[in-house]
Amino acid sequence: MIGIVNYGAGNIFSLTSALSRLGITYGMINSEEEFDQYSHIIIPGVGHAGAAMDKLNKSGLVDKIRSLTKPVLGICVGMQLLTDHSEEGDATLTNIIPLQTKLFDKELGIKIPHMGWNNVEIKNNLLFEGVENQTQFYFVHSYFIEYNPIFGIATADYGLKYSAAVQKENFYGVQFHPEKSGAAGERLLLNFSNLK
Amino acid sequence: MLSKRIIPCLDVKDGRTVKGVNFVDLKDAGDPVELAWQYAQQGADELVFLDITATYERRKTMIEMVKSVARQLNIPFTIGGGITEIADAEALLNAGADKISINSAAVKNPQLIADLAEVFGRQFVVVAVDTKLVEGRNMVHLNGGRLITELETEKWIKQAEDLGAGEILLTSMDHDGTKQGFDCNLLQTISQMINIPVIASGGAGAIDHFTEVFTTTGVDAALAASVFHFGEIPIPVLKNELKKHNIPVRL
Repeated sequence: MIGIVNYGAGNIFSLTSALSRLGITYGMINSEEEFDQYSHIIIPGVGHAGAAMDKLNKSGLVDKIRSLTKPVLGICVGMQLLTDHSEEGDATLTNIIPLQTKLFDKELGIKIPHMGWNNVEIKNNLLFEGVENQTQFYFVHSYFIEYNPIFGIATADYGLKYSAAVQKENFYGVQFHPEKSGAAGERLLLNFSNLK
Repeated sequence: MLSKRIIPCLDVKDGRTVKGVNFVDLKDAGDPVELAWQYAQQGADELVFLDITATYERRKTMIEMVKSVARQLNIPFTIGGGITEIADAEALLNAGADKISINSAAVKNPQLIADLAEVFGRQFVVVAVDTKLVEGRNMVHLNGGRLITELETEKWIKQAEDLGAGEILLTSMDHDGTKQGFDCNLLQTISQMINIPVIASGGAGAIDHFTEVFTTTGVDAALAASVFHFGEIPIPVLKNELKKHNIPVRL
């Protein structure tokens, strides 16, 4: 059963709808104790990374999240929260994965936000099992996590190559929105729910 | 590579999808939730629901319809019509909308764009602009083209971007309903002028029109209604044709 960290950062109706369509049960996590009720944890998030981190800090759940050994998936801003720092609001984040979240550079001739369906270059990883390389996922974001060969499990190209998905031990993050990425996104959520 | 998006637009009135020719003479084209699901199956990249009577009749968009759509749909969708304040947008966000589109409310109160971007992030805020050529100038119109404003389209769009719009949905009222093609000149001008995505709207009647707008302008997406609703252009056929012209699409 998936526990969704309920720290007030944006809408989760689409995420819970996707889990329901997949027959994956879920519940909301509001306190440290509630983490124990779930085998898998999702950290959602939309909007401003600095503001989201403030809310996560206020929830008092950061230390507990850092200590988790069960599979954790951060989605979009939820993924960025796993990194060390974001240029959005010059925010210090959880530093669970030692990477930087940066603003896209419009000098690269790209429109910001990066909005729409983009191809994802996938490394062999259980999270993407059954998903073909170069499958498109739905992205909408202005800040990105730098490419890193150690923690990167998927990359996307938008002006530059950056991290579409990362993993460090039991912590996973995806920059795109699996709940909005059609059949491939649903497969990814199912894969996550099956991670040991 | 980032794909060019194909966006069916579902104009909604009283919970049913309608599409007018030049916004008059409405026809019923079905149930929005079922249509939305079908479009997702066909390969639509995104959907826009516009409550076309909302502004005129001061109605709020139906939250229940948005929830029903979000429960079924696995692609993003935008809701427009009747959004005048933060609370409207928040209710739609919580019901599962990915973006909201504002038009008249932004013209009347430009600060609304900044406020929405501040609270929800600019990626949530689409500014829809209806434009018509009047004595050689592109002028912003409201209420489905019924009302001319004093705003020049180019200046207004630039201002909307500066205030925090995350995307522009530009509808040419001169082209809308004609099925004679998009207003490529204006779309190219706008697309070059701003650094946020632009959705082309108004005038789609044939596959060639989509090819034209993606090869001659920098727009990121193209929106149409009747050609999709009545099955005149099946989305898989359209996308395959675009791909033949080396336009990046999601198949």
